[in-house]
Amino acid sequence: MQIDLRTVAIKPLRQTFDHLVERFGDKPASRYQEGSYNIQQESIFHYRPAWDADRVLFDKKRTQIRMKDWYALKDPRQFYYGAYTIARARQQEAAESSFDMIEERGLAELLPVELKQLALDILLPMRHVAWGGNMGNAYISAYGYGTVITQPCLYHAMDHLGVAQYLTRIGLVLDGPEALATAKEAWMSGPDWQPMRRHVENLLVLEDWFEIFVAQNLVLEGLLNPMLYDHLDADFSAKGGTAISMMTRFMAEWSTETAKWIDAQIKAAAAESPENRDVLSAWVRQYRAATLEALAPIAGRAFGEHADETLAELRAEFNNRCNKLGLSV
Amino acid sequence: MDMKANKKKLGLKEKYAHMTRGLGWETTYQPMDKVFPQATFEGIKIHDWEKWEDPFRLTMDAYWKYQAEKERKLYAVLDAFAQNNGHLGITDARYLNAVKLFLTGISPLEYVAHRGFAAAGRNFPGVGPRVACLMQSIDEIRHAQTQIHALSNYNKFYEGFHAGATHQIERVWYLSVPKSFFDDAFSAGPFEWMIAIGFSFEYVLTNLLFVPFMSGAAYNGDMATVTFGFSAQSDEARHMTLGLECIKFMLEQDPDNLPIVQKWIDKWAWRGIRVLTLVGMMMDYMLPKRVMSWKEAWEIYFEQNGGALFNDLAKYGIKVPECITQCTVDKEHISHQAWATFYQYAHASAFHTWLPNDEEMDWLSAKYPNTFDKYYRPRFTQWREMADRGERFYNNTLPMLCQVCQIPMVFTEPDDPTKICYRESEYQGEKYHTCSDGCQRIFDDEPEKYIQAWLPVHQIFQGNCWPEGTDPTVEGFDPLLKVLEWYHLENGKDNMDYEGSGDQANFAAWRGMATQNT
Repeated sequence: MQIDLRTVAIKPLRQTFDHLVERFGDKPASRYQEGSYNIQQESIFHYRPAWDADRVLFDKKRTQIRMKDWYALKDPRQFYYGAYTIARARQQEAAESSFDMIEERGLAELLPVELKQLALDILLPMRHVAWGGNMGNAYISAYGYGTVITQPCLYHAMDHLGVAQYLTRIGLVLDGPEALATAKEAWMSGPDWQPMRRHVENLLVLEDWFEIFVAQNLVLEGLLNPMLYDHLDADFSAKGGTAISMMTRFMAEWSTETAKWIDAQIKAAAAESPENRDVLSAWVRQYRAATLEALAPIAGRAFGEHADETLAELRAEFNNRCNKLGLSV
Repeated sequence: MDMKANKKKLGLKEKYAHMTRGLGWETTYQPMDKVFPQATFEGIKIHDWEKWEDPFRLTMDAYWKYQAEKERKLYAVLDAFAQNNGHLGITDARYLNAVKLFLTGISPLEYVAHRGFAAAGRNFPGVGPRVACLMQSIDEIRHAQTQIHALSNYNKFYEGFHAGATHQIERVWYLSVPKSFFDDAFSAGPFEWMIAIGFSFEYVLTNLLFVPFMSGAAYNGDMATVTFGFSAQSDEARHMTLGLECIKFMLEQDPDNLPIVQKWIDKWAWRGIRVLTLVGMMMDYMLPKRVMSWKEAWEIYFEQNGGALFNDLAKYGIKVPECITQCTVDKEHISHQAWATFYQYAHASAFHTWLPNDEEMDWLSAKYPNTFDKYYRPRFTQWREMADRGERFYNNTLPMLCQVCQIPMVFTEPDDPTKICYRESEYQGEKYHTCSDGCQRIFDDEPEKYIQAWLPVHQIFQGNCWPEGTDPTVEGFDPLLKVLEWYHLENGKDNMDYEGSGDQANFAAWRGMATQNT
């Protein structure tokens, strides 16, 4: 059965704004469309930026990638601010209840000592890697072109901050503030971490925002996240470290979700032209080598004698992913 | 256990420090000045970023939680508004012209603020300010989007919204006033951005910009606008504390920063106050149910509240901007001069205009006893007589614009309200004109910047404001109509008088449908 409430129906004059009518026809537009398409100004700007006098404020030429329509790089998750925060609020609620349970029941104290130490050694310095991810994505969000890609990059930057904060909490739950200091020391001068820190710092001085997108979001996260939240996580679970898995659940879900968005960007940009595809492929090859080199000592600590095998597996999975996106790597 | 006792000792401030500034590090494989290339070129000296006091302490999980809650409520109201013809609840469709000005003039600024704060959130070497700026950046895209979503429903039923939040700000003559303000700030460095937007705009002037629009919405039954206004309030409070912390931090770090900061405060106060002309006009002329006069708002929010702020900053050596002397004269004039301008150029404006009726003129006389009857009532009365004779006055020439604030030269001399004020500067053998001492000072300080201004009137005369492929040599070519087409301004629908407009007729018919049985 259905009940039928009557309302006063007034025929609207139009369904949405001109630019959306031009793009999609005169039909009701989604909130994602209204909040994302063409809301960045395009070409008329008053003053040359003091910090980049050869270009205008929003300039297509801040990357080697060329697109006829930058709005082809849409977000398959259709995240506008409301959809984004509501999705993350749900995830953080789940994360919160995991942390609560671990703290209430003292589950961290029940962890095998060597597992706990492994988690502290590997996960805690990663908060600095996440922070580098925040900086790269903030850069794209400031200097990229077209809201459909700059907007999710800001969300991604905020996610990195969130991830860095969850990793920090893991340190506080497993040990305490001293663990953070120890991890920072390892990050600054521990031999296992120097290749990674050098790599992260190298990404901080890139100027081409799409190159940052590839180096950081596709390559670094494409190799690192599965290593941490898939392979290492499986080890933790298998060896009685479920409490650790509970605390990284947010990151595991986040990494799968964001990989889909990242794939959609790369796929669309590569499909645009052979030139784009070549540039993207070259970046992937360059940063894949650098990332694997940076990961090697960390994987050594994490997987011991299985390190090479794990890295080879990660590399194969990653290559497979890139090939599906139309790149030749 | 020891560990637990340890954990308990962690205070909120300390914990937040671990969650934010603990994440950063001094880079060594790449030099810091390459990682943060914009940190020094403006001359601001920062010795210790650790001295930054976090203006608010919000971790991401808390941010997601609180903001999502606000979003759920906001969108529930917007859905209900759309479902129940909420647009018929406003005092009068004439009111919506203020909302059109908001969507085309303010919402796009929220967007640019989002991008500018993302840049600031990347460029400061200190982690504390970066995190705070990024939170403001994401808030600002929220504001742009919630405004567009809230006003989208009006677009379905009324003229003047259809171009959306961005197309016109790049093109339409009066919108270059707010646009050039933000372009100016974003094209400067990160420290000036913080004084321009974080401090002047978000702290000193927000009560004169955002608040009047939201109060106007509340007074005029505009549920959609007032809902996002209330929803944004706690965000705005955070933004204000960031702006204030930023200026204090700069002043505390090095005495050499004082003259630079003072110069920026002077510049951005004046630049901001010029933009507020549009708000003053909205408050005095556009609201069917008025909240307060522009002059009253200025006195409460600037002279009283702003005075207290500058008293507080005096300990750092900051002085009240010089331009305030002129503002105390201007507060009696600018809203009338601005509305008179839009009335004359109603054919080129993306909203409707009208002449104040008798009741409104009496209100204006009461609110502006020193000026309205003497200078402005006669002008409006004459225009009304002309309109009654069928000779509605349109100004068909294009006005000269101020090289800095880009407002047409319509303001008068501070000591003579019957004489148009203008100033002349020379740079590289060319003459440039500004509307006031304040704008001239800004021009003279950075002429190389302001000569780049994309002045809408110049651009129209140069033939740059027509749709692509326009041939101006064809018989019967009407340049103005082509400009309007380029603006996405539908001639006869979006512009001209409210009286006799489609909005007026539709609103009456629809309200009739909703409240009567015939």
